[in-house]
Amino acid sequence: MATRLPGTDVVVIGLGAAGGVGVLPLAQAGLDVVGLEAGSRLTAKDFAPDEIRNNLRDWPFAVQKAMQEIPTLRRNRSQQAVQSSGQPMMNGVGGTSLHYWGQSWRLNPWDFKVVSETTRRYGASRLPDGSTVEDWAFGYEELEPYYDRIEHEIGVSGQAGNVNGEIDHRGNTFEGQRNRGYPMPPLRWTGFLEKMGDAARSLNWKPFPGPASINSEFYQGRSSCQYHGYCNKGGCHVDAKNSTAVTTIPQAEETGRLKVVTHAHATQIDVDDEGRVTGVTYLRDGEEFFQPAEVVLLASYTYENVRLLLLSQSRPFPIGLSNNHAQVGRHYLSHHQGAGVSALFPFDLNAWYGLPAQGVAVDDWADDNFDHGDLDFIGGGNLWVFSDRRPIQAAGMNTFGRAPAWGTAWKKFLRENSDRSVGSYIQKTTLPYETNYLDLDPVVTDPFGVPVIRITAEYKENELALADFMQKKMEQWFRKAGAVEVVRSGLGGQMGVSTHAYGGTRMGDNPETNVVNRYGFSHEVPNLGVLGSSVMGTSGARNPTLTAQALAWRTADHLVENWSTIAK
Amino acid sequence: MAEDRPKKISRRTLLRSAGVAGAAAAAGSVGLSASPEALTAPLPEQSSAAALPPVAYEHLTAEEAELLEAIADHLIPADEYGPGAMEARAVAYIDRALGGALSDSHDAYRSGLAAFDRYCRASRGGPFLGLSNRDQVSALIDVEIGSATGAATGFAGSSAVFFSMVRSHVLQGTFGDPYYGGNANFVGWDLLGYPGVRTRVSNADQRRLEAGELEPNHRSAYDWDTFNKASARSARTEAKHGD
Repeated sequence: MATRLPGTDVVVIGLGAAGGVGVLPLAQAGLDVVGLEAGSRLTAKDFAPDEIRNNLRDWPFAVQKAMQEIPTLRRNRSQQAVQSSGQPMMNGVGGTSLHYWGQSWRLNPWDFKVVSETTRRYGASRLPDGSTVEDWAFGYEELEPYYDRIEHEIGVSGQAGNVNGEIDHRGNTFEGQRNRGYPMPPLRWTGFLEKMGDAARSLNWKPFPGPASINSEFYQGRSSCQYHGYCNKGGCHVDAKNSTAVTTIPQAEETGRLKVVTHAHATQIDVDDEGRVTGVTYLRDGEEFFQPAEVVLLASYTYENVRLLLLSQSRPFPIGLSNNHAQVGRHYLSHHQGAGVSALFPFDLNAWYGLPAQGVAVDDWADDNFDHGDLDFIGGGNLWVFSDRRPIQAAGMNTFGRAPAWGTAWKKFLRENSDRSVGSYIQKTTLPYETNYLDLDPVVTDPFGVPVIRITAEYKENELALADFMQKKMEQWFRKAGAVEVVRSGLGGQMGVSTHAYGGTRMGDNPETNVVNRYGFSHEVPNLGVLGSSVMGTSGARNPTLTAQALAWRTADHLVENWSTIAK
Repeated sequence: MAEDRPKKISRRTLLRSAGVAGAAAAAGSVGLSASPEALTAPLPEQSSAAALPPVAYEHLTAEEAELLEAIADHLIPADEYGPGAMEARAVAYIDRALGGALSDSHDAYRSGLAAFDRYCRASRGGPFLGLSNRDQVSALIDVEIGSATGAATGFAGSSAVFFSMVRSHVLQGTFGDPYYGGNANFVGWDLLGYPGVRTRVSNADQRRLEAGELEPNHRSAYDWDTFNKASARSARTEAKHGD
């Protein structure tokens, strides 16, 4: 029998990138908030520059809850799903924002209007068969103030390209119009990144430094980035990475309104007979607790959000909470970030001390920034070349067919080339499809006998054609910069477990095709909100976190402004 | 190609130049596997290993350790390009990890090393350590490309899986932080030209790096006592909430 705890105004499930943002406007408005977090608190002391621990042994982020419920995978319904070998997300106060790359992009305005803009420019027949993509319920302009808010609250460094219509060619000239620039200048470039920038310009492309939630200078009492080279899957040893653990969560705690409960493993969202949520049941050190609340905000990441809704079955919601329209788990997609291109240069790149958010971007081939009239796909990709090299990773480098994988000939190659190869990160528009979805696995369970999420999803023709197009552009760029070898990886197939997982609780005005409304609250359960990229219906060509955070702030604002009608 | 490279005066470049000159005889074989022809030259004396006390293995048997050391020595030999896996104590790294984070791989080592031994006897007429250098290399290539797979050899799965595991762990033991027992005297990082773990790299440091003037500092992450030590346990295997 669960121990019933004293009630609170709002319980937030998951204190990661989204939940960790959502708690701040609530606490600042004077609402009492309980934050349930499956992981523990980590600090700068836990973030040693240690490649073996961070990148090979998955510590500290391989904490138990996420690792115990790794999703299963299959491309389509005819296959048997098998459990993935890993799970890239992290439990902990701050969640995956503790160790993420920190790329903090706004979506392009086109990403909010894929259906109407594609129809207007090319005709409705250009929307891929089987795609369930919809326009968002609102445009970029609606989210702009929240993007701005997050950029300044948590701290984002970057170079604006369009402030109130004034184009600045040092920044991304394709970006949506912004009200003001970034609060910090961009992270520095290395000599090699400058060279890539020059090569892009000589192709008549428009290179620019990408935005990062990483301090390029002292900001809000925290250090600037020290470029030590262990940022990828590593937390920051000087708190220069603006995770919610060092920004919005401590700010919310300072109000005295946020109570953080670590090691809390939510098992069910409870409802009354009228179908309103009443609170959350969770396990902590083997004991079961019930936390009553007026409003529940589910912020545990896409896979866990869908899983907890599907597991929370009741008389009013027999196939899962907020699922009477059978939309929970639908419209799932994971960003196509694969199909990479790597290159070998005849000179050292000096990439030992850098970070994945330190790089040069090209958006000429992203979104609808170019004419697709004669192409066989819609959307595009962001080209990103960055600094990220650690010793074991370097020793395992591709030898580009120039050397064997071991022995003296390999050693000779490695001595010469350990600092001469570079990959690229090409995020591509990925659409939702009828046949790509999440549900509960019928066989595989966590150690408590509870089903894990099953991912049934694959990239379709649009994504594969786009991937091929982007690889050619990337190769052209590398060659222009002097690469002597360029290797492309495969175009992609099955969607794996991803840090960029979207959908499953999609946001939109139509309750027949969306789980939450334009403010992030359930169409079926008035006092249940959902935070995170699971509400996003399109991916754009760039990392989801800033958009998920802007949406989280907006949902929390909406709750504050409409407390009496939502909480009753 | 040499004129495209920045002029450098670091020790790394001096070693590299020596390496390039000395490598003229070593044919640059192309393909996935090491070519026996390139590897038949006798190994130079492993003088730097003498400075270290012998390794007391805890998880590998003496026979397993001896065989694994011989394999590691082929993967990353000491040669004109510098010390190799033996000098780095890569097998000591693996042995220690088999008691902790790599404990799930212990059975794969036991059965894989035994299978490799059987394969050498069956296909080359004797134990690996008794074979000529040429036969040792060709036997390893068989394992690498998966052609040692089959009921007769005793490899449970593809021999390529075993080879890939051993190679990745030897790389970890040679190029990982010395805190974990390998990369002794930072020989792996020197081989790569990695100037070492630093907690602060200023713009001036980066410029020094690009000018070839940033000297290796030979420090482990845990030489900074501000960091909590890494745990040896494997987080994935414990069925407990939180933490």
